[in-house]
Amino acid sequence: METAQDTIQAEAQAETSKTLFKGTGSQVLLNGLIEEGVTTIFGYPGGAIMPIYDALYDYADKLEHILVRHEQGGIHAAQGFARTSGKVGVCFATSGPGATNLVTGLADAQIDSTPLVCITGQVFAHLLGTDAFQETDVINITTPVTKWNYQVTDAKEIPEVLAKAFYIAKSGRPGPVLIDITKNAQLQVEEFPEYVKCNHIRSYRPKPKVRVEYIQQAAELINSAKKPFVLFGQGVVLGSAEQEFKNFIEKSGIPAAWTIMGDGAIPTSHPLNVGMLGMHGNYGPNVLTNECDVLIAIGMRFDDRVTGRLDKYAKQAKVIHLDIDPAEIDKNVKADVGVWGDCKETLPLLTNLVNAATHEDWLAKFRDYNQQEIDQVITPELYPEGDEMTMGEVLRNINEICGGDAVVVTDVGQHQMVACRYAKFNNTRSNITSGGLGTMGFGLPAAIGAKYGAPDKTVIAIIGDGGFQMTPQELGTIMQFGAAVKILILNNRFLGMVRQWQQLFHDKRYSFVNITSPDFVALAKSYYIEASKVDERANLRNALETMINHEGSYLLEVMVGRENNVFPMVPQGMSVSEIRLK
Amino acid sequence: MSTENTLEHKIAKADFEGKQEYTITVYAENRIGLLNRIAIIFSKRKINIESLNTSPSEIDGIHRFNIVITESYDVVRKLARQIEKQVEVLKVYFNTNEEIIWQELALYKVSTDEIAEKVTVERLLRQYGASAVVIRKDYTVFAVTGHREETDALVKALEPYELIEFVRSARVAIIKDSAGFHEKLKEFEAFEPGEELIENEFLDKGEKIFTM
Repeated sequence: METAQDTIQAEAQAETSKTLFKGTGSQVLLNGLIEEGVTTIFGYPGGAIMPIYDALYDYADKLEHILVRHEQGGIHAAQGFARTSGKVGVCFATSGPGATNLVTGLADAQIDSTPLVCITGQVFAHLLGTDAFQETDVINITTPVTKWNYQVTDAKEIPEVLAKAFYIAKSGRPGPVLIDITKNAQLQVEEFPEYVKCNHIRSYRPKPKVRVEYIQQAAELINSAKKPFVLFGQGVVLGSAEQEFKNFIEKSGIPAAWTIMGDGAIPTSHPLNVGMLGMHGNYGPNVLTNECDVLIAIGMRFDDRVTGRLDKYAKQAKVIHLDIDPAEIDKNVKADVGVWGDCKETLPLLTNLVNAATHEDWLAKFRDYNQQEIDQVITPELYPEGDEMTMGEVLRNINEICGGDAVVVTDVGQHQMVACRYAKFNNTRSNITSGGLGTMGFGLPAAIGAKYGAPDKTVIAIIGDGGFQMTPQELGTIMQFGAAVKILILNNRFLGMVRQWQQLFHDKRYSFVNITSPDFVALAKSYYIEASKVDERANLRNALETMINHEGSYLLEVMVGRENNVFPMVPQGMSVSEIRLK
Repeated sequence: MSTENTLEHKIAKADFEGKQEYTITVYAENRIGLLNRIAIIFSKRKINIESLNTSPSEIDGIHRFNIVITESYDVVRKLARQIEKQVEVLKVYFNTNEEIIWQELALYKVSTDEIAEKVTVERLLRQYGASAVVIRKDYTVFAVTGHREETDALVKALEPYELIEFVRSARVAIIKDSAGFHEKLKEFEAFEPGEELIENEFLDKGEKIFTM
């Protein structure tokens, strides 16, 4: 007969075998990644991370590992993945140079609030501080460019630290997290308890309980406004609040303009979408920033490229600022009403309290300015009369072919501004660009990651001839793993944005902007990637269609006018209302 | 009782733009690397930390940093927000000198012969409330606890008499208007943020600035 004691023992045994996993730190790390829903890792092996890669050998059916060609490519790919998928991007790198190569991507992800978990190998714990081979102080190097980082020297810490890392990376205002794991911890064999996801850290408040009084104050301001104006940024996308945002502007009838990080949160064609803010943004949104009576900033941080000269920025307006990060409220622009919270929660509350309204006369002003911009800037850019091709007409053709459903990944420079200005988006998470850091070399690797994050979408990487030459090695990643990325090089044989500034502000002293390029088509073909080049308009449409309809990856080089400038432009140090059309 | 400094309170005390001495009090987890994470918030903005002290707090396991800088209210508030944003920081307060009780400890090593010979030195020591920590044949170490001006004044006074060594500790400060951190910690440990936790002093200015 079974005694109570036996039952207890049997249960205890069952409990033990169910919850304990005996294995190495490396294995428990990979198990944890699977528990967190990770499917894809971008990485590059090396000495100090070899135990993790050894364990990875047995996880090939559960974890897809993309071998990049440089760790910077790995982290940008993880960023692209995170941006299109809405999940946490994961990348692996070894110690020393592997880890330091992540720094640019970490800084980019930090300033653009991209959720990442980066795992770096580290030398054995007993070698720390001895200047061991490939030892670098990655924790201190990455402290300013991570939301959180942690060095693991004992495998027992791994599950808890990993759970914290994912929680921190994706909650609140997202950001990059780095975990540095010493080699001994990767090898250490332990019995690990069941993986438990983290949902609370006592010293960390990802978001507050929303205080209704501020929503009420904001609603009062909005309801009494004659010329209200909404500025929205990536916060709307990061909070998955696109629908809540749309409901808000549609009920209140307020025109809305976006920062480049917010582009696509509502469709380009939405009647209340009045365009792009900032240095190369649209005419109306910039000028009318200094005419509105209530400015409602949602999930954006008043970057200097958006505000121009701060002491002449929207001084006439009452400012309402909705943000999840309290440090952003009052940082650059003083808010009359700060609404601290997740806009997914705050926007519906605000929508409830605002009056249904239309602001026809006010909207007409945006249309007037838009017409001036169409006549003076947009039409000549999209339908040029000269022989030289423009970046804008390439974008117009892409819009016509893809209908606004493609994911557009850009690098940094003139082509980036043109792409943000003219690319049409029907869907959120479609405009992937390096906004805050302005990282040249971002485009190609980010597009690879973006494709893994949105495998069913057409992903077009628009890159300049300069930026492409910063990370061309990732063609190798495409060659080996087959990400069907459409690479569009807009080649003006200049570092165009710097040249534009030199032309406008430095007396045309073209100092080291005259960059030469390899034969991009031959380069792509050497990686077995289909490629072609277009240098006259007659072939452009056909070539773009060929690229987009091509089964796999494809590189198309388009020769555009050498000395075209991006306009409108708010010259640095000037007010947004001093925006120039030429 | 409020432990937070409201904006109105602050503005009444200090010109928003004008610089003055502020003591920042940080309650944080005791974690390797956190000091660096906090320090770079200042160095990134090229702001010099005048004094920095780390110590245990009234709660076991929670550290308390005291950081002294001379800056405007506006800058200090932004810094405080950036510090509080760090994952392992629980709470940040910043106070003007009137709002805190603060002390620094200074040690002075002087030649014993000098003091023995010169009565004025002894008088100086009495005058500055110094106590002798060590008395040896060759030297004597005095300690003074007090404000910066007091410890500085004794340095000046001792200079003519062979001040062999001088060192001063960082500032430690107690906030006059604080009920301590015990109650607050319960809020932090609770899963859902409570009302106390969502205090948001820069939003509390609504009544004053909100006019429309």
